[in-house]
Amino acid sequence: MANKKFKCTTCGYIHEGDKAPETCPQCNAPASAFVELKAEKKLPTSSNAYTFAYAAAMVVIVAFLLSFVSSSLRAKQDANVKLDTKKQILYSLNVETADADAYFTANVKDMILKGDTIVEYKGDFATLYENEGKANRYHVFVCNLNGQTKYVIPVYGAGLWGAIWGYVALNDDKNTVFGTYFSHASETPGLGAEIQSVKFQKQFEGKLVGDSTSVKISVVKNGKVEDAKYEVDGISGGTITSTGVDAMLKNCLGNYTKFLKR
Amino acid sequence: MSSKKNKEALLTPLGLNNPVTVQVLGICSALAVTAKLMPAIVMGISVTIITALSNVVISCLRKTIPLRIRIIVQLVVVAALVTIVSEILKAFAYDISVQLSVYVGLIITNCILMGRLEAFAMQNEPWPSFLDGIGNGLGYAKILIIVAFFRELFGSGTLFGVNVLNYDCIANAGYVNNGLMLMPPMALIIVACIIWWQRAHNKDLQQK
Repeated sequence: MANKKFKCTTCGYIHEGDKAPETCPQCNAPASAFVELKAEKKLPTSSNAYTFAYAAAMVVIVAFLLSFVSSSLRAKQDANVKLDTKKQILYSLNVETADADAYFTANVKDMILKGDTIVEYKGDFATLYENEGKANRYHVFVCNLNGQTKYVIPVYGAGLWGAIWGYVALNDDKNTVFGTYFSHASETPGLGAEIQSVKFQKQFEGKLVGDSTSVKISVVKNGKVEDAKYEVDGISGGTITSTGVDAMLKNCLGNYTKFLKR
Repeated sequence: MSSKKNKEALLTPLGLNNPVTVQVLGICSALAVTAKLMPAIVMGISVTIITALSNVVISCLRKTIPLRIRIIVQLVVVAALVTIVSEILKAFAYDISVQLSVYVGLIITNCILMGRLEAFAMQNEPWPSFLDGIGNGLGYAKILIIVAFFRELFGSGTLFGVNVLNYDCIANAGYVNNGLMLMPPMALIIVACIIWWQRAHNKDLQQK
């Protein structure tokens, strides 16, 4: 049966038969110039069974790989998130330090609201203050900044595309803003994302949170500030994010009314 | 290793076969991340790395992939790669991962990736596929950077966040930053201008 193929290495002629021809009919090369072509093994890439088996194997391998990566890196990631949260809190206090962890432990106390006073918080350092708020744990960070007491309150809310959050640092009169930090998950660069800019955050310095009845600090349309004691300029083109910051401040600081009683 | 064909795979996407201006792929993310230069560069680098890596993986698997579910296999490979890279960054380079968080989703859905996997990696050896991925990623990054340069300069008057045009003397002469530049439609118009310029200069690209 002529089921083998031989190729002439000199001219590329392909001969079908049991063995190589004595001379090549095209270029007269001797039989030694011929090599046998082995039929390429092809995987049955269009059969049903193969497709199912492939898909199943792929899912198992990828799932295993992802869960392995995720669980082996979890501890390190959590530590990073905690450190980053501490850095954000310190940023609202205008503190820049190489070792945020050590500075935080030495100068900041994690407290929670109980009635109209605050008590020490004994749990693990929290990073998601939205969940803490839902569990009725309202955190206040009491910071000793060169002998002065400052209070930092975490705030959280929604922007245009996703979550926004921040930290508001107050002087010891519990009303004057000392500094702020705002960040966002996915606001538009150049527009809503500008809430993270120093320019936007600096506007809040020296503003008052509110009077004896309500939270009055607010973000208004750019250029429409009427009461400079409470209001700051929003971001033009980032209206929904600006309104989000405004609502976030009113909601979250509203939870602390008893503590911030003036 | 550096045959003519390989060189072509690496270099043509930068010019005559640019994924954005000639193949018109990846336009969606070009609108989203080009309001500022910095995110545009970060996105360009990430797409380059992921395209190259996924091209290599798919090229190694190309003979085994069942034809009927090949798009799903490609998607799984890309999504798994992006997730693993972002998890590793989160553990070892947290600051970068925070910057990238917005783009992870955009990378997975980038049409350039799927386009290169389907058009190149499924037929070629791993090494040319790797070069093709790098080339297309850089071609994409190039357009992103050009667009972001104009949008940031004329939209915010800054470059890399550093003030360039926001001075009193310029404002007094009657110049104001163009807020429209920061809106997504302007990215489309700039990309269109680049395509126009490129086609006007290359007879080969003009449609008969």
